[in-house]
Amino acid sequence: MPGFGAWTWVFYIFLYLPLVILVVFSFNAGRSATVWSGFSLDWYARAFGNESIQRATVNSLIVAFSAMTAATVLALLAALALMRGRRFRGGTVFRVTLLAPLMIPEIVTAVATLTFFSALGMQLGLFNVFIAHTVFCIPFAYLPIAARLSNLDESLECAARDLYAGAWRAFRRVTLPLAMPGIAAGAMLAFIISLDDFVITLMVADAGSTTLPVYIFGMVRMGTSPEINAVSTALLAVTTVIIVFHYYLSNSAKNRP
Amino acid sequence: MKRLFNFNLPPLLSVGPAALFLTVFFIAPFAIIAVYSLMEADPFGGVRRAFSADAYIQFLFTRDWDGNLQFDLSYLNIFWRSFALAAGATVLCLAAAFPAAYYIATQPRRRRGLLLLLITVPFWANLLVRTYCWVLILRDSGLVNGWLIAFDLISTPLPLMYTDGAILVGLTYTYLPFMALPIYASLEKTDWRLIEASRDLYAGHRQTLARVVFPLARPGVIAGCIMVFIPSLGAFIAPSLLGGGRNLMIGSLIQLQFSSSRNWPFGAASALILLAFVLLLLYLWRRRSGRDGRDDGESIW
Repeated sequence: MPGFGAWTWVFYIFLYLPLVILVVFSFNAGRSATVWSGFSLDWYARAFGNESIQRATVNSLIVAFSAMTAATVLALLAALALMRGRRFRGGTVFRVTLLAPLMIPEIVTAVATLTFFSALGMQLGLFNVFIAHTVFCIPFAYLPIAARLSNLDESLECAARDLYAGAWRAFRRVTLPLAMPGIAAGAMLAFIISLDDFVITLMVADAGSTTLPVYIFGMVRMGTSPEINAVSTALLAVTTVIIVFHYYLSNSAKNRP
Repeated sequence: MKRLFNFNLPPLLSVGPAALFLTVFFIAPFAIIAVYSLMEADPFGGVRRAFSADAYIQFLFTRDWDGNLQFDLSYLNIFWRSFALAAGATVLCLAAAFPAAYYIATQPRRRRGLLLLLITVPFWANLLVRTYCWVLILRDSGLVNGWLIAFDLISTPLPLMYTDGAILVGLTYTYLPFMALPIYASLEKTDWRLIEASRDLYAGHRQTLARVVFPLARPGVIAGCIMVFIPSLGAFIAPSLLGGGRNLMIGSLIQLQFSSSRNWPFGAASALILLAFVLLLLYLWRRRSGRDGRDDGESIW
């Protein structure tokens, strides 16, 4: 179609120009987040030296790693039941519940979870955040694992069973290694979804368990600064690295069934 | 399909953990806000344990000093604004993403991979950070105003921030990848000979687009529209960073009730009403994609 190629350029420029601006001004020497006055890494030094940012980063990492682990384990078990087990009553309801956090607006899940914790009087700091994150990380971990399992030839597993491998051995030596790219992909997605979450954490986290995105929001509320640009760029860089890695992992897994 | 071997993991072990976890921490919370929405608000946050339908009445009426109910449109207006902004963002995303998705689908394999990756990265990138970028661009001392002043086109900064336009730009920008990927996914498998055939049979570009390409892309277009409209409708980040305090959307209204306004029942009721809209939309979509005989909701993963 004529013009679509040119439009695609505009599309990509629109998608990336704001990000480029953010990154460029994180290296600004001056105090302004949008008026260029020379290159410097000062704001990165300041951001990394800022104790509140350090604490928020540690919180983010603790939550992201633990939510990733819990979500991936739960999602793997669920995927095995849905993709490999016998059909069971309530299977569809189970699957829909598993995927529901994807489609329900985050703010709704956020206030529901907040209300739940408050009704129970559950004030366990980061543990509350971990629970809330695990819920919405499950579908992101589940989808790549389920996709991988549904692409796998079951005859390999049948052959293993045929050759007198017990159910556990067949799982441990055949299914699990074959499902590994899906599991890794799911874990990566769960990790960045947790690391980047803002809305749910804002509502659920108490003052002591602020994560990095919540801290950034607080800073933005007070005004822009190259320091915010620096932290945001760092967060963006982590996501980008994981996604690029994930992309190549899932593509190579597709080519080598 | 009948299986020769089953992984007879005891269901308690395979389905059990996730089912238990989600029942307690995902389903129970929704049951609790349903109950909370029917209680009296405690001005110090939380609820008093007494039945009251005030939270729902409050949507349409305010109580004046004498305790009489008076029709009040202000909350309905917030819902209406949210629908309008979400619909606007959906239309803009569709217009921007469709040609790009089509173009990418026509590219050679290797190039396609790179172009897709370039959409996938912002798809997963932090929403808050991506919205913050627009604060840098639109605020009074931001890039747009800075340049316009530097080139002497204006003398005082244009009020770009804290407007509906700013929210619309923010929503469109953040959810654009959510539109592009599903459309691409449904165009990817296109048999391009159909388009050649349509051209051979003297259809113009416009006609080919309307009669051949668009029907082929429809499942992706619908999936994309849902994936933009739903999060836009419940958006919180864009209205609170770009809309300021006055330009509320449902998402920020709900958040306010649980923070500074301390009206948990009203917040719970608003959340449930939003949820009802979303579930209705998903149900209609589900029925439709069942008719089309395909499930595009997950194809992007």
